[in-house]
Amino acid sequence: MRVVVEHLDKTYHDRRGRDVVALRQVDFAVEAREFVAVLGPSGCGKSTLLGIIAGLLPATSGRVYFEGEPRPGRAPVTATVFQEFALFPWRTVRANVELGLEELGVAGREREERTRRYLDMTGLAGFEGKYPHQLSGGMRQRVGIARALAVEPAVLLLDEPFSALDAQTRTLMMDELLGIWERTRQTILYVTHNIQEAVFMADRVIVLSRRPGEVLEAVPIELPRPRRESQQGDPVFVQTADRIWGLIKSQAQAALLDDQTVTEAEG
Amino acid sequence: MAVERLVVADRTAFLRRPDYRTVRVLALLGVVVLWELVTRTGWVSSLFLPAPSGVLAEGLDMARSGQLLVHLVTSLERLAWGFGVGAVTGVGVGVAVGFFALADAVVQPIIAATFPIPKIALLPLLILWLGIGEASKVAVVALGVFFPMAINTYAGVRQADPLLIRAAVSFGAGRWSVIRKVVLPSALPMIFAGLKLGAGTALLLLVAAEQIAADAGIGFLILQSGNLMETTRLMVGIVVLSLLGVASYWAIGALERAVIRWRHT
Repeated sequence: MRVVVEHLDKTYHDRRGRDVVALRQVDFAVEAREFVAVLGPSGCGKSTLLGIIAGLLPATSGRVYFEGEPRPGRAPVTATVFQEFALFPWRTVRANVELGLEELGVAGREREERTRRYLDMTGLAGFEGKYPHQLSGGMRQRVGIARALAVEPAVLLLDEPFSALDAQTRTLMMDELLGIWERTRQTILYVTHNIQEAVFMADRVIVLSRRPGEVLEAVPIELPRPRRESQQGDPVFVQTADRIWGLIKSQAQAALLDDQTVTEAEG
Repeated sequence: MAVERLVVADRTAFLRRPDYRTVRVLALLGVVVLWELVTRTGWVSSLFLPAPSGVLAEGLDMARSGQLLVHLVTSLERLAWGFGVGAVTGVGVGVAVGFFALADAVVQPIIAATFPIPKIALLPLLILWLGIGEASKVAVVALGVFFPMAINTYAGVRQADPLLIRAAVSFGAGRWSVIRKVVLPSALPMIFAGLKLGAGTALLLLVAAEQIAADAGIGFLILQSGNLMETTRLMVGIVVLSLLGVASYWAIGALERAVIRWRHT
């Protein structure tokens, strides 16, 4: 499905009651089966944007809609993978993955089979009975990804999914996510502050400015697929990453100096 | 040239807290032995403090004759009903007040106004309303359990991680699913803490109620024995209460470990 974001504004009130503009006139579209990364410095409202698209936060004005072929039954439009995993500590790996299916009313044999399929796809076979606290960060996020894939959403939303992981695990997980995407070809909206991550994975990178978050540019990534780690040395890769860094460098510096980013409540 | 070698020693050694398992057993045994000695030597009259061996013998005697069982079962029945009713309503009210803003607005001030009342002060009123029978005793125990349960459950519900609630909503959970699948499990540790608090209060109120208006039960046994200067029987009642307290604490702990299997331990 296509995702259309139209004239989106989000203003919230900080603790002193002042208005903070998190997003201003954000307009863009994600085409069906496209992998789009939303990139910006900390405090640009990118997580807020994802929250609004997921229906977990109200927008101040503007709208978000999805268009495409009607989906059968109660199949959900979006599913989210959260930065802090957001796994239910009282549920085993299997039960975490089953949650969305329970809410969809998928039961019995079908629930079992779908759970199994996505556990296998994300490399979680053999870990079904473990509780989240028994898993490493990388394995936990695999559960987060399996849980989101299991409901077979038209659009997969990922909110800095690998930023809580160490560098090596992150590289492996990016590879795996790309592998999964090449098989499932869902529409993906991937929020990150990491330029390499965005360029390596996405078809297009939407660069947001620092608060108020506005679209600076949508940068197409002209790298062939399937993507390989070795492409990170490719001149196209380096030039694109440099160009994006040029767009946000001054803003990232400002963010560094601004103590507000520390206290900011970016949803 | 002289060379100095500094070997690193563990400087945190004094912070260690060994288990001292044998000391635990010995401490309890020691008190019992001391108690026995103090009464055996006649230093304290057995009218005021009967020897533990005497208390044990009397207890076994009462158990054999069946009278101990009558008192124990009567008390346990009141406890079970009072504790059950108080805990279930407490959890229900705690979840409702913690989750629904309207319930919070209605119930919170009422709880704040009624919580400080010592529940035993309500017994005469409860006897007026419910009669001198079992209902008034069950009710006073239930009231005593209700408050810690409601307040603890409320706190547990309020502590539920908003991120997990949003995650559940993002996967299609509605109000009741969120309560059942996120809020209640989040509140479980606090609910069990409330159960432990409530168990103590329940025992206290039960004995108090049985000493005011009853013809059976451990509280009645203690009061009657005291009136008749039967100190050994009185001590049997007290030991039974101690055992009841320990047993309920242990049982709730065991239930907690069985229910909350996801804890990091």
